Amino acid sequence: MQGLVPAATDGNMATEFHNLQELRHSASLANKVFIQRDYSEGTTCRFQTKFPSELESRIERTLFEDTVKTLNNYYAEAEKIGGQSYLEGCLACATAYLIFLCMETRYEKVLKKIAKYIQEQNEKIYAPRGLLITDPIERGMRVVSFFAV
Amino acid sequence: MKNCEYQQIDPRALSVLPSSAQNHTEKKAQRPRRKWEVFPGKNRFFCDGRIILARQNGVLPLTLSLIIVTCGLFFAFDCPFLVKHLTVFIPVIGGVLFVFVVLSLLRTSFTDPGILPRATPDEAADVEKQIDTSGSSTYRPPPRTKEILINQQVVKLKYCFTCKTFRPPRTSHCSLCDNCVERFDHHCPWVGNCVGKRNYRFFYSFIISLSFLTSFIFGCVITHITLRTQAGKTIVQAIQESPASVVELVVCFFSIWSILGLSGFHTYLVASNLTTNEDIKGSWSSKRGAEDSGNPYTYNSIITNCCATLCGPMPPSLIDRRGFLPHDEAIPAVSASEIELPPFTAKNDAHMEENCQDISLSCTA
Repeated sequence: MQGLVPAATDGNMATEFHNLQELRHSASLANKVFIQRDYSEGTTCRFQTKFPSELESRIERTLFEDTVKTLNNYYAEAEKIGGQSYLEGCLACATAYLIFLCMETRYEKVLKKIAKYIQEQNEKIYAPRGLLITDPIERGMRVVSFFAV
Repeated sequence: MKNCEYQQIDPRALSVLPSSAQNHTEKKAQRPRRKWEVFPGKNRFFCDGRIILARQNGVLPLTLSLIIVTCGLFFAFDCPFLVKHLTVFIPVIGGVLFVFVVLSLLRTSFTDPGILPRATPDEAADVEKQIDTSGSSTYRPPPRTKEILINQQVVKLKYCFTCKTFRPPRTSHCSLCDNCVERFDHHCPWVGNCVGKRNYRFFYSFIISLSFLTSFIFGCVITHITLRTQAGKTIVQAIQESPASVVELVVCFFSIWSILGLSGFHTYLVASNLTTNEDIKGSWSSKRGAEDSGNPYTYNSIITNCCATLCGPMPPSLIDRRGFLPHDEAIPAVSASEIELPPFTAKNDAHMEENCQDISLSCTA
């Protein structure tokens, strides 16, 4: 237990942590690429469409951009504020939110579509090139991760 | 920063694993574990992960009992008189409001407020790589912020040392629950949970309906006592005939001030698409500069702001509480969290107390 109390000086902690970092770097960089969120339009869910250099040799730029743009469109559809979402919100409020126990929200329906789309993309496009995409919902909607298999 | 401590991987923990791994796998083979059982934040789970609460309940039992006792007294002692002398709709309206208040309260307390799951080790390593290549390499880790443009306005994203990720905009780390919460409003001790993106609308319905309920009960009790005095009795005699009314009056009188104030404040926040956290910190106040520091998230229309905040789409929970753990991930997570807990709780208690007071003051302001 005593060995776990952090050292008094910040320097020791930082160098130890950097050593661990090196180990992790060599293990993981070769295998995974993360596409981060794009917050330029606010807090709605969008991913960056910039093509990462690590994927240059593995997949065509257009295919990658298509996938990410389609995902962005799906998320925009899920988070769209319009007539249907207002209706859902007002109905939920009127039933003291009990309706969420029996009805699936529009967001959940779109998430199912996204899961199916990702599976399709994996089967048709990415698996033949030795890559796989993970569904962002499994990573807390922070990243779309591509990893080599 | 209270969360600046790196979580080191203790070499002894790694050496412990092989010997106990066999025992673990024997046990795990019998019962697959759900993800809520190894959740790293300070939350409690009930009904096999369906219900989530902060570890410290705060005063949720007190809130519930105040509401139930006051309404119970109202229905038992004031309603019979009022039904006889006025109308039968009084207990009906009271009943509807009471049900709405309790359901909203339970919904606010038991819903995941928008907790962000912590970064996986691979993601954390990727973020570290990006920071190292862009920043300077001194022995002391530099402060970790990233500036981005949102709607042509510069917003700083901070790095969360606990969750090992850059916090999305409007996200804040709650030290009481030890989680990053999206669109973090505040940690409400009355409700026993954080108020964030996913349960803000429930919280708002709770305080609005509670304002109506307390005003309604207050009005009805005043009417009750007035009617009794009009029948030729003095106020003291009227009170002696119905002592429960005094209890209700006292509770409602003190509640109304705070609840109505809170409702008004949150109505202002909803209309300007702000969170309590941003308002308190003055993130978008006009003192800093005329055009540069407006709120980048506002739709510049009160109605659109209200609709977007309250009637927007319901985002899903990002922590998969009831999902099953894959067998190879179960073992390291459990032993690491078991060993690391004791040193950190001792340090964080003092900071937690201050935050608790600050936040509870701001909540009831």
